Amino acid sequence: MLLIGATNRMTQVPSQSSTDRTDLRSARAKKGVPEGLWIRCGQCATMLFRKLVENNLCVCPDCQHHFRISGEQRVQQLTDPGSFEPFNATMAPVDPLGFVDLRPYPERIAKAQRATGQNDAVQTGQAYIKARRVVLACMDFNFLGGSMGSVVGEKITQAVVVAGEHDLPLVIVSCSGGARMMESGFSLMQMAKTASALARFDDQDGLFISVLTDPTTGGVTASFAMLGDVILAEPKALVGFAGPRVIKQTIHQELPEGFQRAEFLLECGFVDRVVHRSELRTEISRIIDYAGK
Amino acid sequence: MAKTSRYGSTYTLAFEQPVIELDKQIQLLKDRSNSAAYADELAGLETNRKRLLEKLYQELTPWDVVMVARHPQRPQTSDYIQMMCHDFCELHGDRCFGDDPAIITGFGRIGPHKIMIIGHQKGRTTQEKIACHFGCAHPEGYRKALQKMKLAEKFGLPILTLIDTPGAYPGLKAEERGQAEAIAVNLREMSRLRTPIVCVVIGEGGSGGALGIGVGDRVAMLRFAWYSVISPEGCAAILWKESNEQTNIAAASALALTSLDNLSNGLIDDVIPEPPTGAHRDPQAAAKQLQMWIVDRIRELKRFKPETLVQRRYEKLRKIGEVALAGTPPSH
Repeated sequence: MLLIGATNRMTQVPSQSSTDRTDLRSARAKKGVPEGLWIRCGQCATMLFRKLVENNLCVCPDCQHHFRISGEQRVQQLTDPGSFEPFNATMAPVDPLGFVDLRPYPERIAKAQRATGQNDAVQTGQAYIKARRVVLACMDFNFLGGSMGSVVGEKITQAVVVAGEHDLPLVIVSCSGGARMMESGFSLMQMAKTASALARFDDQDGLFISVLTDPTTGGVTASFAMLGDVILAEPKALVGFAGPRVIKQTIHQELPEGFQRAEFLLECGFVDRVVHRSELRTEISRIIDYAGK
Repeated sequence: MAKTSRYGSTYTLAFEQPVIELDKQIQLLKDRSNSAAYADELAGLETNRKRLLEKLYQELTPWDVVMVARHPQRPQTSDYIQMMCHDFCELHGDRCFGDDPAIITGFGRIGPHKIMIIGHQKGRTTQEKIACHFGCAHPEGYRKALQKMKLAEKFGLPILTLIDTPGAYPGLKAEERGQAEAIAVNLREMSRLRTPIVCVVIGEGGSGGALGIGVGDRVAMLRFAWYSVISPEGCAAILWKESNEQTNIAAASALALTSLDNLSNGLIDDVIPEPPTGAHRDPQAAAKQLQMWIVDRIRELKRFKPETLVQRRYEKLRKIGEVALAGTPPSH
């Protein structure tokens, strides 16, 4: 495992309680593939045998709808078995502003941690994809909408730095609603922090493959997700800066069919390839080979 | 929005209501045919009015600050350029799509420095406001800004950015033309521009749209500006499920968006003082304070070699963020 330096202003917090059976069940329910033996496809509404879908990378065998998957599932799907070595797995969020909306932020964190078994919304680490060594980051929408606060910003930044130091290809799979409101300005500045780390990585001629999945919006799109040397997107993934609801409110009209979907971004010139989930590993390794990394 | 009422030529913000009573009394005295006889009383009332206003401005809630930052008479980028700058030479082209009036760019001289000025523009008249989308820039605005910043880098000119936007424009065309990409590229490129960059939030600092021209060696806010990851209304609508007066106030407090909050959280370097009752009451004085800060900071930054500037800028950003080690790794 690669060694990661200590981060700024780290403090020890009490460890989280271990996840029990109930939590695991609710975690599964939240991971886009709902609970039960049978599940209904979000697109074609066909009732599908769960095992079948799970064995098909969580893609509907009938209509090819890509179910949303957790960061953990993403790591499993993308990497060679057993090759993932996490960085900063114990890094956890704090509440720098004492943020309270309808509920206190620490309560929301604790709930998300119980539901996902993760400390925050991204997993980073070193792994192999088709025998090519990479630095990988996978975001998890189930953790507070995959939002970027200090932990996501810091883990992504450290992943970029490690990739630069070891001249490894960097693969970031985004799945996020944007910057995390509960850390306000701290979250906002993670956009600048990750972008500045990528500037250095670019200066080092590093290869960054950005994979956009459903959904990738707001401050994540407007920072590292759109800075890939090569940008891939899963079919029909929602990708944009502002959310569709906000845009609808602004322009007071219905949005066109397929607006802000991966295919639309491809047409507009902001995505290089729309890639089926079953082809992601092949496509990523092919690009790594072309870049000679 | 704030409940604003016209009194004379000045908009009155909700928290300024106590002053209106005094204004009425003053006006009554002035309207009397023998008003000269009440000169002493008038002077007394005027003094009380000034004191009361100053006191009100010392005790502003975060939501009040948002209202001051949005005051219709608050000086904008074009006003500051006019007040601080001689021989401003506006440059319009983004070389890509079109000219976005929501971001002004051009050469200018401030004090002894030749610089590149970039700033959001909200517009004053209804027509201007519509053209500027109320200060919400499109991708071409951000691309124009970057194009001009690279020009500045090429000729060794320092860059000044003036931030004043509720956020980047959330619309169909903005998405089609790559709003997110435009902002992302600006963040990356500003972090490695080999020339001094100073940024000031002069009014509203709304999210990525603000940060899109806000990465610099020195970042400051005017005293009554706000800067945050999202507007209080946006935050209230999402986290409180509804944006109304009460939730907006709560969101504004929770977001720690005032200049003093941002300073104490280490997210900006300086707070630039404003006239005690807001820049809109004395734009010239506000411009003077702003100019002093700009001239001083640019003088300091000019001493550094370009590579040192870039290194320091990176290190500064690298430190931002608060995290903890949780003891146990998550179940995997």
